[in-house]
Amino acid sequence: MKMRRFLNKDGTRSVLATLISILIGLFAGALIILIVGLADSKLGLDEAWKGIRLLFLGLFSKGQQAGSLIFGFNSTNIGDMLFRAVPIIMTGLSVSLAYKTGLFNIGASGQYLAGTTATLFIALKMNTAVIPPWIVWILAFLGGILAGAFWGAIPGMLKAFLNINEVLACIMTNWLAANIVTWMFEGSGLQCTEGTKTQVIWKTTHNGVATAKMGLDKLFPDSQQVDGGIIVAILIAILIYILLTKTTLGFELKACGSNRHAAKYAGIKDKRSIVLSMAIAGALAGAGASLYWLSGSTEFHWQTYLSLPGEGFRGIAVALLGACNPIANIFTGMFLSTLDVVGSKLSFYTGYNEYITDVIIAAIVYLSAFSLVIKTWLSKKFKAAEIKKIPDVLITSENAGNDAPPVPKNKGKEGNEK
Amino acid sequence: MSYLIQQTLIYAIPLMIVALAGVFAERSGIINLALEGIMIFGAFIGVLFVHVCQKYGVFELLPGAANWGSMQLFEILGMIMAGLLGSAFALLLGFAAINLKADQTISGTALNMLAPAIVLFFVRIIANQEELRLYKGDAAEWFMIKKGMLGLGEKDGFIVNTFLNKVYIATYLCIIIFVVCSIILYKTRFGLRLRSCGENPQAADSLGINVVKMRYSGIIFSGFLAGMGGFVYALTTSNCMSNGDVAGFGFLALAVMIFGNWKPLNIALAALLFGLFKCLAAGYSSIDINGDGIKLLFELSKHPTWGKVLNPNFYRMLPYLISLLVLAFTSKKSRAPKAEGIPYDKGQR
Repeated sequence: MKMRRFLNKDGTRSVLATLISILIGLFAGALIILIVGLADSKLGLDEAWKGIRLLFLGLFSKGQQAGSLIFGFNSTNIGDMLFRAVPIIMTGLSVSLAYKTGLFNIGASGQYLAGTTATLFIALKMNTAVIPPWIVWILAFLGGILAGAFWGAIPGMLKAFLNINEVLACIMTNWLAANIVTWMFEGSGLQCTEGTKTQVIWKTTHNGVATAKMGLDKLFPDSQQVDGGIIVAILIAILIYILLTKTTLGFELKACGSNRHAAKYAGIKDKRSIVLSMAIAGALAGAGASLYWLSGSTEFHWQTYLSLPGEGFRGIAVALLGACNPIANIFTGMFLSTLDVVGSKLSFYTGYNEYITDVIIAAIVYLSAFSLVIKTWLSKKFKAAEIKKIPDVLITSENAGNDAPPVPKNKGKEGNEK
Repeated sequence: MSYLIQQTLIYAIPLMIVALAGVFAERSGIINLALEGIMIFGAFIGVLFVHVCQKYGVFELLPGAANWGSMQLFEILGMIMAGLLGSAFALLLGFAAINLKADQTISGTALNMLAPAIVLFFVRIIANQEELRLYKGDAAEWFMIKKGMLGLGEKDGFIVNTFLNKVYIATYLCIIIFVVCSIILYKTRFGLRLRSCGENPQAADSLGINVVKMRYSGIIFSGFLAGMGGFVYALTTSNCMSNGDVAGFGFLALAVMIFGNWKPLNIALAALLFGLFKCLAAGYSSIDINGDGIKLLFELSKHPTWGKVLNPNFYRMLPYLISLLVLAFTSKKSRAPKAEGIPYDKGQR
């Protein structure tokens, strides 16, 4: 009986709906791998079987010996997974917060780019011989947040004051950011001049600035990338959860999202709320960019004007998959970055390529769009089960011959016994 | 000057046709945010069609062995294939939005993520690199109409040089399709019914119009036009190459649609305006506006002070900047179809 009450909770159903979406998505991916394997003579059934196993267990892949895959605990994979989860957890939070307040933030890519630019400029231009690196780190992080907030506030203001659809405004500001970023880095003198890579900006470690490892390098000793960013991201997710559920500001933002006019009638400044929502969302995306680049383990390709960073759109997937719950976003972010790792394993060990994981993610987002349908289907299932059970309870109480105890009480007792 | 007009048309035509695709969906009551994804998918299908035809020597089988006339036929076939598969792809959005009453913005975004992923996955497997090109030669060699082919000489003047030299038949075909589709939408019974479903589906239903059917037709039209537009874009602007990207053209088309206030004539004008800016971005260094041999914009970009602003980066962001400004000024007046984005619920009043 406890079980039933647990299943009847809205949250449980959301989680179940998400899990069903994920499973369908993964099986769709496996199906594509199988079909392509059978259709393409270069790949064949063996390769397809390898691909499918990697798809589900790629995180635990330890390489291959004599053509067969070995699985087991792999600290490189898990460390890298945690590292790659950081930016998408943050952009996911950004999309979640906007969504909870009635806005669809498709502009996380642009805000991410704004954060990237501010962070890299501050982290690389400041003289770390004079200012201690940890102060530069904090300044760069704050700079990224502010830049993201500014870039997010633009569509917010356009929505609040000029009534422009935020989706469209976000798309335009995305491409504006993509061009401005290229423009700014073109004459910045920050281009990496070392090694064979061209068109990249120095890593922040070039200037001695990097996120502290916070002991995670001990936990995952083989991973070059993992650092304290993931801990910061989790803390921020908890903060956003508290902001949305426990504070007046969060309540105002949400109220404005569910009905702007009613909120205004209740004395909430609707325009301010919209701008603020978008600014916080932008700040989160910007912070994600800061954490990613300040780790100092990857280089930034600065010619972004032809394509937007994928983190923004991944953020949408993270948010929707986690039903826009900040805490759930931590897990969905890690799930998507697991798929990322799986993708690189796929292209490394098999004839397939990493884009299959993008297909799976898109399929999952598509499915999560009608998670409502899955949820109603689930609740119908549970209701049907309940209707079958109730006569049972009535019969037993009649058979007992006692002065019929109230059914709900009986229900509770039975639940406890079970 | 003729270069400017040609280039503007090349960019404006896909925008125009894809914006019309958006109109068909929105007039029937569905927000089609997936235009970008459908374009990407259509471009891939069209390029793949041509690629496969070349690979298996289909062009050589034709009577008259691949003369320029039969190549035009293949170009049109490619457009039709891209359109049909674009429709099929758009049906995914239709199914989610109409049958499952899902959030249309999210499903559209999902399709926008799905298209590049699926295209790149197959491109990698087919071509073993990040982009699918023609099997041999390039688009200009295979499909472009040059004035020599039409028996026109050097001294045939401005009109011939602009509209009949180095053009693709797709451009003109798209204009015809645009006109025909506009007439369908505004002057036929079907069009009226479709539009009614985007304004007040309950009222339409009470008059015996099948809203579900109408919305599906809207989506199918929309997918066809957007898929075709994607292939035309790939053919005319990126040398018949598919790399899972159309550089935000689908989104620009959405802006054009809103700027054009969901009306074909305004959309055509808006598309020309945006095409002009896109053309400036792509070819500012070789545009000779008044024909005196001085490439003014190129000279400006080299100027010590003006060049700081008027450089390629500036021209590239111009279309987006202009569309934001234009939206800012027109959004108060714009009138979107009333029922767009709302799943049809029979019981609602």
